[in-house]
Amino acid sequence: MSPRRKQERRRAHRRANPVDRAYRFVDDRLGISHFTRKALTKIFPDHWSFMIGEIAMYCLVILIVTGIYLTFFFVPATKEVIYNGPYAPLRGVEMSQAYASSLDISFQVRAGMVMRQMHHWAALVFVAAIVVHLCRVFFTGAFRRPRELNWIVGVTLLVLAIGNGFLGYSLLDDLLSGTGVRVGYSIALAIPVAGTWIAFLFFGGEFPNTEFITRFFVLHVLIVPALIIALLTVHLAMVWRQKHTQFKGAGRSEGNIVGSRLWPQYAAKSAALFLLVAAVLALLGGLAQINPIWLYGPYKATQAAAATSGSQPDWYMGWVDGALRIMPAWEIRAFGHTVANPFFPGVLMPGITFGALYAWPFLERRFTGDREPHNLLDRPRDAPLRTALGAATLAFYGILLLAGGNDILAGIFRIAPEVITNAFRVIIGAVPLAVFFVTRNVCRGLARDDLHPTEPPPGGLIVRTATGGFETVGAEHPSPPPVEAWKPPPPPGP
Amino acid sequence: MEPETTPSATDGPAGAPPPNDRRIAIAFLASTAAALGLAGVYVAGGQPQAEGALLFVALGGLGVGAVQWARQIDDGPVTGDRGELAGSDDDQAAVVGEVGDDAGAIGRRKLLVRLLLGALGALGLAALFPIRSLGPSPGRSLQRTAWRAGRRLVDSDGRLMRPDTLSVGGTITVFPEGATQAGDSQVVLIRLAPGRNRPRRGRETWAPEGNVGYSKICTHVGCPVGLYQEDTHELVCPCHQSTFDVVDGARPRFGPATRALPQLPLGVDGDGFLVAQRDFTEPVGPGFWNRA
Repeated sequence: MSPRRKQERRRAHRRANPVDRAYRFVDDRLGISHFTRKALTKIFPDHWSFMIGEIAMYCLVILIVTGIYLTFFFVPATKEVIYNGPYAPLRGVEMSQAYASSLDISFQVRAGMVMRQMHHWAALVFVAAIVVHLCRVFFTGAFRRPRELNWIVGVTLLVLAIGNGFLGYSLLDDLLSGTGVRVGYSIALAIPVAGTWIAFLFFGGEFPNTEFITRFFVLHVLIVPALIIALLTVHLAMVWRQKHTQFKGAGRSEGNIVGSRLWPQYAAKSAALFLLVAAVLALLGGLAQINPIWLYGPYKATQAAAATSGSQPDWYMGWVDGALRIMPAWEIRAFGHTVANPFFPGVLMPGITFGALYAWPFLERRFTGDREPHNLLDRPRDAPLRTALGAATLAFYGILLLAGGNDILAGIFRIAPEVITNAFRVIIGAVPLAVFFVTRNVCRGLARDDLHPTEPPPGGLIVRTATGGFETVGAEHPSPPPVEAWKPPPPPGP
Repeated sequence: MEPETTPSATDGPAGAPPPNDRRIAIAFLASTAAALGLAGVYVAGGQPQAEGALLFVALGGLGVGAVQWARQIDDGPVTGDRGELAGSDDDQAAVVGEVGDDAGAIGRRKLLVRLLLGALGALGLAALFPIRSLGPSPGRSLQRTAWRAGRRLVDSDGRLMRPDTLSVGGTITVFPEGATQAGDSQVVLIRLAPGRNRPRRGRETWAPEGNVGYSKICTHVGCPVGLYQEDTHELVCPCHQSTFDVVDGARPRFGPATRALPQLPLGVDGDGFLVAQRDFTEPVGPGFWNRA
């Protein structure tokens, strides 16, 4: 067959194929082939820790899907109604439409309970995955040049995720969330100079009022999600443009990238991850009770017990609550003005936290003088000071999170809350300091020996036998074979 | 075209993975069965636990199958070139030059540029004003509550209070008559044993027959200070454990609260009911900038 006839036959074949025809319809009009062809062969390095950010992304997908379902049934209004639904203990109780419709979603809307609980679990895992992803990026130095901008986008996404979580669970207007809103209002009130105005404008007047649910609703379902989706797009576009980092290893250099092709290998892995994340969230949503608002009852600022002990926010707000609890009773009063106590744990500390996160790539650059671009990642031990600082910071916020449960801990261990709180006031300083020095020394030791802390050395151990000979034991990790030199790809076929 | 990929044919699993088509098929079948079961449960009236479990199997079956499939097609890592991020000096210079020249041309029209910036600034300023519609002016609303001289105390059901309504050691939440929904006006009324109270200077006449009234809004972040421990005569906030000593002017004993709970001056009216002598003498609730 002549090449010409071959080409004609191929063309005829393609005309008959509907997928081919559809693709050509689009490509004729938009010219996407050049980009798509490169995109399909784009390389993504393989390492389990690179998938944590994807878990966050897939939680966001689940949040959007379940969230849209919930908006069909949720009524964001504070109008008081008398509950008359199937949940007997609350029948005849006066409550807001927001709370009543949340009960209806839980007990009357078919599949509503699973959707609501999946939504809540997805939010918890979403923020958790972002935090772990942030730790991965931090401890491996992936934020260094050229990725500082993406670090800033990522930290902003964390702030938005935490904020939208708080807005979301505040909508339900149950006793627990109402307490949280009350605390949020008081923290806003504590902002120096403009706090009163900020609180009144954001919450629609003095607490308690009937404005905030409508506002929180618009922010929670429209404005913040739009920002998150926009910034996530930027986040991914930057990863795409800059290409992903990779760990050091045989055949890997600053100038190359080793991993799976986007199509079909990486796409298959990523799709599998999405399905598994969704599956686990479905299991949690069905079987693991979360935020049982029917047990808390409606929020009324004037009812006899309008807050109970054991009021803990969702985990990603727990560090702020913990800081509020163990903050000593200090505040600044001068010239007829007050910088109220909640300002320090509620505004200043989060401000410093996120400010330090934003500034970190630039701070580190200043301290180390390292202005080079980095595509190869550090192992945590390679930067003992950074790792130690990160570990101490994690310890600090972990302790604050625990301190947010000081009343629960007091109950479990049968110790007076005062004792627990005083203990936390010491621990919060001492433990991060200890963690810093221990981590730094462990890192230095590991870097010196260059041994993996848990795995046997890759080449095995050389042991001297009784007869005086030597043999290698435990060589379970044969050294990787050399990687072939890079070759240009085959020329594009017809 | 950017040089992209070449198979390096290393690091991959030793040889092709064993054909696991059967496992994939089983996973997909389980997923299908669970999805149909899910539809069945829904039609039958729904049941949260069953829905969650079946959705787990439906999604998880697909996921497990996808993992196996991904392993089959995994042909080991490939290596590509990263290429350069920065544009060539030429390109960079061209962009900066282009924009710079235009900016320079605009910059020479100094008066017009200033007027333009002024107009944009004014528009931005004007755009800020609708924010003011979001809430009322704070005014003095944080400094005052619904309590007034002579206003009677009622409980949440509207019942009036006499000095002996509470037995010694008793406590109840009270409101101004006609304002039981005023969140900032709730007061814990506690009846102390005779001689127990150590009133602060100027407050000797505020507690008829041992009835003391303190704002129920915690001075920390505003939770209701609802827990009264009679043996230690302490009011404890359930949120952050601020503790106030009731016989000592409700001064904070522990926790993050910095200020005493404001005390409501109580009296008895001509009909023998407990009334407020006047509003609180200081703002209730958490601190704010304009609180002295």
